[in-house]
Parts: sequence; structure tokens; C-alpha cells
Amino acid sequence: MSDLDQTLAAVKARLKAYDGPRMRIMEVCGSHTSAIVKNGIPGLLSPKIELVAGPGCPVCVTPTDYIDRLIALSKEKDTCVVTFGDLLRVPGSSGTLMQAKTAGGRAAMVYSPFDTLALAKAEPETTFVFAAVGFETTAPVYALLLDQILKEQIPNIRFLTAVKTMPPVIDALCAGGADVQGFIAPGHVAVVIGADAFKPLAEKVQLPFGVAGFTGRHLLAAIDGIVRARGRGVVMNFYPEAVAQGGNAKAQALVAKYFEPGDALWRGMGVIPGSGYYLKAAYRRYDAGSRALQHDRPMNAACRCGEVLKGTISPKDCPLFKTACTPLHPQGACMVSAEGNCLSVYNEN
Amino acid sequence: MCVAWPGTVISCEDGSAVVDFSGNRVTARTGLVDVAPGDKVLVHAGCVLQKMREEEAEEMKKLFEALGDV
Amino acid sequence: MEQRTITTEHGSGGAATSELIDGIFAKAFDNPVLAQMEDSAVVPGADEIAVTTDSFVVDPLFFKGGDIGRLAVCGTVNDLLMRGAVPKYLTCGFILETGLPLEDLEKIAESMAATAQEAGVTIVAGDTKVVEGRGGLYVNTAGVGFAPCSTIGARQIQPGDVIILSGNLGEHHAAILSERLSIDTDIQSDCAPLVDMVGALMAGTVAVHGMRDITRGGLGTILKEMAEASGLTFELEESRLPVTPKVRDFCSLLGLDPLYMGNEGKMAVMVPESDADEALRLIRMSAYGTHAAVVGRVCAGEPGEVMVKTAVGGQRRIDVLRGEGLPRIC
Repeated sequence: MSDLDQTLAAVKARLKAYDGPRMRIMEVCGSHTSAIVKNGIPGLLSPKIELVAGPGCPVCVTPTDYIDRLIALSKEKDTCVVTFGDLLRVPGSSGTLMQAKTAGGRAAMVYSPFDTLALAKAEPETTFVFAAVGFETTAPVYALLLDQILKEQIPNIRFLTAVKTMPPVIDALCAGGADVQGFIAPGHVAVVIGADAFKPLAEKVQLPFGVAGFTGRHLLAAIDGIVRARGRGVVMNFYPEAVAQGGNAKAQALVAKYFEPGDALWRGMGVIPGSGYYLKAAYRRYDAGSRALQHDRPMNAACRCGEVLKGTISPKDCPLFKTACTPLHPQGACMVSAEGNCLSVYNEN
Repeated sequence: MCVAWPGTVISCEDGSAVVDFSGNRVTARTGLVDVAPGDKVLVHAGCVLQKMREEEAEEMKKLFEALGDV
Repeated sequence: MEQRTITTEHGSGGAATSELIDGIFAKAFDNPVLAQMEDSAVVPGADEIAVTTDSFVVDPLFFKGGDIGRLAVCGTVNDLLMRGAVPKYLTCGFILETGLPLEDLEKIAESMAATAQEAGVTIVAGDTKVVEGRGGLYVNTAGVGFAPCSTIGARQIQPGDVIILSGNLGEHHAAILSERLSIDTDIQSDCAPLVDMVGALMAGTVAVHGMRDITRGGLGTILKEMAEASGLTFELEESRLPVTPKVRDFCSLLGLDPLYMGNEGKMAVMVPESDADEALRLIRMSAYGTHAAVVGRVCAGEPGEVMVKTAVGGQRRIDVLRGEGLPRIC
């Protein structure tokens, strides 16, 4: 047994035996949610430690207006929507992009936003609209793509943005009285904005934040650290091999060059001040109408995705869960994405 | 969505790098980080997001070990 | 020279159709039964037969480690084998889109013929239709096998059985995805007929209780289905699952899970623990079974559950694959 294995064994023993005050710890990154399930972490914890998934899946927090707009764009003449795979199946107020596609709309799925460059060059008569969803992790990728578009003077690419930022939504959750005693901070968001970016927030809400990577060990170390820092407003970096205290300055500068913060609408949670990025006025000709998307009309009025995302109810408490809302017939976005809170719970039970 | 994974830079040219992941190779943009062959990097959505720092991994190990000393 | 492609004329039923059938299919599949060119094939039979059918729509048509033709033979042959049958005859129905290069069709037919020969089956009947399109090809194969002792099935699985996997997970799926996404890899599809390893198991002393090939949906999906059909609990150990580092990293890069990645030449077998070593020995004798391993066991527990003991010691509950918007792979 290596030293590290021995330490892991000690951490696991401590987490299993924990008998202090109840700790509800929220992860706010979809990749953490799926890593927690994949590694079977909940079973390794004392009943007094509960993990709850927050608004960490970008697809799930995207309001219906945004999906509706994408669908409308996909049906416009000489227009093609370009997107990551997950977004195709998210319901808007009436149907999904996938359904629009079978009804004659145009939507292409890519692995990297940069694949849009080749698409646009091959079909100069078509306008390609990239569905730019995501958090701070992906914002610099969009900024770099715009940088390239400007350099190459490519006229036929636009962005429909729904880029959101983490600290403001966590702040809003806490202000709303969320029953949470600590946060697993999103590792890849922190790669860009830095571990220090969570400090003012941790101090304000007086809760511990553990920046974590994505292996079972990373997560166990972070949970252990958070439990032991209970009641203290500190940020601990458990992913130092990738997360610098100050983040990636070059990426931050590029985002600041093209984007500016603004209020953003979160599905089921309403408008949260300063929680989004929008293209600056000088680059607005590359925007496909992102700022106008201010309504959220769920497909099913009984859908409680908003409360699920805030961690105030468990997916099991939603009347639609496993009845009207299933992975094959999702009524809300949390049941769609592989990282969605409802789909995770559905698969676990 | 925020899926990112570490690989090793094989070669670089003009704004992009070939990154190897145990034998799978991806061409990733390097506009967010300056990289050189041999660097261990984190790739997200076809873009190098950050250089991984080996000595920091050591630090993680120490940190993890320190957790053992209650 | 201009490339010759499929046109609507090839679907006319007239001279161009005959040219296609004689020039490509009859040539590649050449055998006395097919050569009769009658409306149906008359072949020698058995008391108990296994019958199955499968359609193939994979895109791209050619991929590392195989093509749609090899896949169409392997898929149906393996389905027959999983009931302990000896595959004998295949039929194939092609739907060709206009614009398909004749050269590609020829390669696919030859690949089917070679795979059929490897699997010991004869292609005894076929059909071709042409539709307007962009050069695509779809194929259905139906198969018949002789099933002398078809007792194998999920209901025969017993508590105490071990679960054996015939090789590495995820290779077909990764090979197809790499062709469609810009990832450069030499991961090969594992598509293969499992005739020799199943034949060896059937001929030997091993009591095979359950057997299923791992196709779409991956190991997780087929084990969950088998656990439900058997009314037992399957327990797997993550650390024992055979996955190459290359496929593991490929999955991590795309946020995929090897447990839900499709194969086309792998199977899971349930045998009594006392037969495990012999079963492994027989499977490993096949060129397609060298990485076979015991990955878990069957126990009474909760009916229909599949649990994985994870590398960090946690427990993970496995369900069938749900809601992944992945491209078609078979």
C-alpha cells in the first residue's frame, strides 16, 4: 500500500465515521455530479454528510426562450445552428431542436466550436449560428473563436450566447437561504478564473469552498476538507495541478476583450444580476439576438427544475419525476442532460 | 459540459498543437496558453485551457497526505 | 475516369439490376444455393433452429477494423451464437442510395463474403432496392442456426455464477466516433464473429448459463437487462473491467463511460464458479478472446440490480443507457 493509498484509507474512514453536525454539501458542476455517481461517492459518506447537485449543468439552466430562438433560427432560410450534442434534446416551450431538425430545420453537432470555421468556409451563403452555452470554462473558447473570425474576416458566423458565471449564482443561492453548509467549487471553472475568485464569496457567506478535480480521490479529498472547515469562509484548492490561485490570465483577458457581464436568466430560477456574459457593443454584429431572450416558459407548468437546481427540493419531490417526466420523455432540462440532476437521481434509483 | 482532460503536447504550429491522450491525438487551439512539446495540458472543447504543473501534483499529494494528520 | 455510382436504373429490376447482382453479389457470395437464382433458397435443416434478423445503418460505411458488410455478418451470426446455436445460413437485403460508388459496394460485398466464410455461414438469398439519396447504404441480414441444445438464457443464471467478459470494452464505439469527430486514433473496431470461442465453450465441459453479446448500449445495458430477466443481482468490480488505456482516455476526453460504449465482437458469459477457469481458457484460445477476464459475480440480493464496486471503494448502481445523443454506431 502506497502512502497515498494509506491516506485515502484514512480519509475514507473519517468520512464514514463523521458524527458532527449535519453537512449538506453542494456541487455546482455537472461533471462533478457525474463523477460522484460514477465513483459511488455517496455510499462512502456518513449519513450526516449529504451531497446535493446545484445549477452546474449549463444545458439545464438554459431558459426556454433560448431554445425557442435556436429552433426559429434553425428554420430560417440559409441558416444552420451549430451546437454541442446535449442541447439538441432540451425542450423549449414547444419541442426540441432535434424535433425541429427532423421537421426540416438545420442543426449541426460539433465537438469543438472551432469546427464551425470549416463549416462556414465551405458554405459562404449560409449563416452559421453557434449555440454558445456554458460557464467561465467555455467563455474563453468562444472569445478565441471570435478572435479567429475577426482575423480571418469570416462574415457568416454568429453567436447566440447563454454564457453564465458561477460566483453570482452561488451568491444568489445563499442569499435565497439555501440549506447548504459547503460547496465543492467547479474545478474547470476555477482553471480559468482561479481559486481566489471564490474567496470574496466564501468570506461573505462564511462557508467553506473546496476546489476539486474529477477523480474519486480528488472528490473525497475535497469533501473531507470541506467537512473539516465547517463554518469557516475559506477556499481550499484540491486541484492545484490544474488550478492556479489566479487562474489563466490570458484567457481572462481575452474574455474581457470581447464580453461584458450582464444580468442573466436561469431556467426556473429567474434573473440573477451580473451572472452572464454578453458580447460587447462593438461586436454585437456577431450576436444573433442573445439579449432579447428574457422569458422562461416551461413546457410543463408543474416542472420544478428551478427548485431542483437550487437544491431546495430533491428531484424525487417533483410531482412529474418518474411519472410524466422520464429520460425518454423529459419535461424539464434536468432530465435531459447526462449531467442533469434529475437524470442522475433517476439512474441511481 | 465542462469536460476537460489532461494530455501531452506532441507538436505545435501557428496557433494550434497536437495533443496526445494515451494514443488518441487531437488538434487543439493554443491561443489561451503558451505551450511547448512535452507539456502536460488540459484540453476543453478543442482548446488548450491550461498547462498542468507536475510539481503542483506533488503538492496535491502532500496536501492529501496532510489531510491524514488530524 | 469517372467513378461509377448507383443510379435509379440499378433499382429498375431490369438489365442494370441484373448487372449489379451478377457482377457484384453473385460473384462475391458465390455458392451453389445462391447460384440457382430462384425466388427462395431451399437448404438442409435441423430439428431445432435459431432465427434472427438485424439491420445495419452505420455511418461511415468503412471504419478502422471493419465496414458495414463485416458488421452485418458479425451482428447476426453473434446473435445466433448467443443461444448456443451453430450459425448456418444468412440472407441479406440491401437498400442502396443513388450516388453510392459501385467500387464501395463491391468492397462491402467482398468483405461480407470473407466474414461469412470466417464464420462458416452461407449467404443463400438476397435482395437489392435503390432509393434516391446521397450515396448511403443500409443492409439487413437474417440468419438461421442449428440449435441442438438451446437451454442458454438469462433465466438459467444462478446465484454463485461468475460473469466473464470476452475482451476489452468500447472499441467499436470509439473507432466509429473517432471517424466522426476530429480525433486521430488507431483504435480498431472489434467487430468479429465469435464462432470459435462459442463453439469451444459449447463443445467443452463448461455449463454455460447465460450468454449475450455486447452491442449498442454497452456492457451496462446488457447486464441490466439480463439481471432483470434473471431476477438476480450482478456485482461487478470496476478494477477488473478490461479497458485499454487508449479507449479509457478516449472516453474521458469526450465525457463517455466505457460501461455504455458499444462493442461488436465481445460477449458476457455466466458460468458456475467451478467452471470459470476452464471457460476462460477456452475463450482465450480464440484470437478474439485473449483479454477475457472474470469481471464479477451473480448473487441472490435484490432482483434485477447491477452494482459496480468502484476503484475508490464506492458502490454504483447501473441502469440501461439513457438519453445519450450519440451518433449511430451499428
